[in-house]
Amino acid sequence: MSQSFDEISAQLKRRHRKSARLKWLSMGALGLAGLFLVIFFADMLGKGLPAFQQAQIRVEVTYSEQSQQLPLAAVNEDVRELVSRGWLRTLPMMMRDNPELLGSTRQEWVLADGQVDQYLKGHYTRLNDRQQAAVDALVEEGRAELKFNTTFFTRGDSKMPELAGIMSAAMGTVMTLLVTLAVSFPIGVMTAVYLEEFAPDNRLTQIIEININNLAAIPSILFGLLGLAIFISFFGVPRSSPLVGGLTLALMTLPVIIISTRTALRSVPDSIRHAAFGVGCSRWQVVRDHVLPLALPGIMTGSIIGLAQAMGETAPLIIVGMVAFIPDISASVTDAATVLPAQIFTWAGEPDRAFVEKTAGGILVLLSVLIAMNATAVVLRKKFERRW
Amino acid sequence: MNMQIAERESVAMSSQSAGQPVVRNDEANHDLSIRVRDLNLWYGQTQALKNISIDIFQKNVTALIGPSGCGKSTFLRCLNRMNDLIRGVRIEGLVEMDGRDVNESRMDEVALRRRVGMVFQKPNPFPKSIYENVAYAPRMHDLVSRKAEQDELVEKALRDAGLWNEVKDKLHQPGTSLSGGQQQRLCIARAIAVQPDVILMDEPTSALDPISTATIEDLMDKLKKQFTIITVTHNMQQAARVADYTAFFHLGELIEYNDTKTMFSNPHTKKAEDYITGRYG
Repeated sequence: MSQSFDEISAQLKRRHRKSARLKWLSMGALGLAGLFLVIFFADMLGKGLPAFQQAQIRVEVTYSEQSQQLPLAAVNEDVRELVSRGWLRTLPMMMRDNPELLGSTRQEWVLADGQVDQYLKGHYTRLNDRQQAAVDALVEEGRAELKFNTTFFTRGDSKMPELAGIMSAAMGTVMTLLVTLAVSFPIGVMTAVYLEEFAPDNRLTQIIEININNLAAIPSILFGLLGLAIFISFFGVPRSSPLVGGLTLALMTLPVIIISTRTALRSVPDSIRHAAFGVGCSRWQVVRDHVLPLALPGIMTGSIIGLAQAMGETAPLIIVGMVAFIPDISASVTDAATVLPAQIFTWAGEPDRAFVEKTAGGILVLLSVLIAMNATAVVLRKKFERRW
Repeated sequence: MNMQIAERESVAMSSQSAGQPVVRNDEANHDLSIRVRDLNLWYGQTQALKNISIDIFQKNVTALIGPSGCGKSTFLRCLNRMNDLIRGVRIEGLVEMDGRDVNESRMDEVALRRRVGMVFQKPNPFPKSIYENVAYAPRMHDLVSRKAEQDELVEKALRDAGLWNEVKDKLHQPGTSLSGGQQQRLCIARAIAVQPDVILMDEPTSALDPISTATIEDLMDKLKKQFTIITVTHNMQQAARVADYTAFFHLGELIEYNDTKTMFSNPHTKKAEDYITGRYG
């Protein structure tokens, strides 16, 4: 006896309700994830954006013999506590570099003390009532305001928040990543090409394959220990240098690049290989002329994502000494340096409240670079993606 | 009746052992191109080819027919050692070309494939321009030195493949932008660009529409003036139309090898007759 449509519909109702419930649950999960992301970004922007502004005050600067000996004498007593002492200390050197300044007196916008900066931004400040009144007066006269913070992008780290910048960490990151790229990209790609296109399928290559997959899952701090033991202790690479950091991160990035390259190679259809073998290509010609060009977008995507991962890595760099106070911008890969996430880590541990916004500002810079790198990966993939 | 069949089988088998066709096509060329003797092939434990002996004649079309899984494609790939690419393949026996065993260790498979070209079942042009598809192999094999020479060779190969008029204005567009039939002719142009002796075709029309198929069949007829063509086909009418000789494979054995006319009008073995008349396969 067959059922009528009404009977069947009645039974289906429960199934429809179930699928509707699942749909709402998954949409809820997505919404929650999105909400967390929004809160995270809003918080970062709220805390970090003020770091891109810095209080400056307009004062009369006297460039004299006396201020060369005692920089405090360069500015009037009433504002002496309000200008950055770090900036004052740079005065003698500035005069040595620019002798024509000597003997002149100029009105200049100069960096204010970190506490003035915090006061103007409405944060907690250690300024006393008299000093606060003085700052208010300067604001009234238009002699104190928040300006774009070039110092943050041009200087290295400092113990004085108004002078602390991310340039040395950014340079360290660039050099470290260049070392990582130069080491891990060729080795990783060639390893993958060998394993995928040349190696026989035997016990040995299977063991190698399993180990590579395991390496990708090893906690990164162990790579730091390996880097310490091999590169620093055994090969004597300078500690804290982008060279040792880059090599250590290369160890970590290698499995990522190998795995993504193998996936990209595997996605090249065999018909292309057969066509190439059919016209008399040697194995290497097949790979170089036909397989690699097709796999390249996938390889690049994987490598960029691997590098982005390495860029955000801090733990292995702690071990090789790259989490350090680096006020000067390092000039070569063997100088001591630090990297962006390590700089953020250092700032996050500073007791001074002014470093909170530096920390958030640093995070914003790091995130922007990471987003830019990942976006590049997506664009590359879209651009070179071929259908056949 | 049974006696007759037994007789026919024995006639076929005895001539098979020599590798010669049972009946010769008197119009055909009888210079030897490839001589195969007692060829056995295993995929792991499975034997895919059993004691194949066959003589392939130059500048003829030889069709290999038989039901799926009978070993005809496997046999075809033995002739340019494409089976080397498959793991776990073991080959015994002689495949001789120009007095040399193609499986001997001194034989370079690149040199072999330069003389034995291949066209595949599914058109597989390189994802490069039409021009590059044809020019790539001659350049790789150092057959051309100057750009003008290369242009000339590309034009000749495309003309021989009957594709020139359709693509001469868009040589630098990707080969994959062509229609299926055009792509297959591009693959043929790519194969003949290096001036091979033999062209292997592995079901070259099975992915094509009837009109493209007819074009390719005409082309095979023209190309056999210059090349030895060995084609695998599922389509018996096609074999009857284009081939001078036809070899019938069944379960890894060469059952009958014969002049095409005789094969389709008066096959000497019961199995071939049953297959050709559509009783199985």
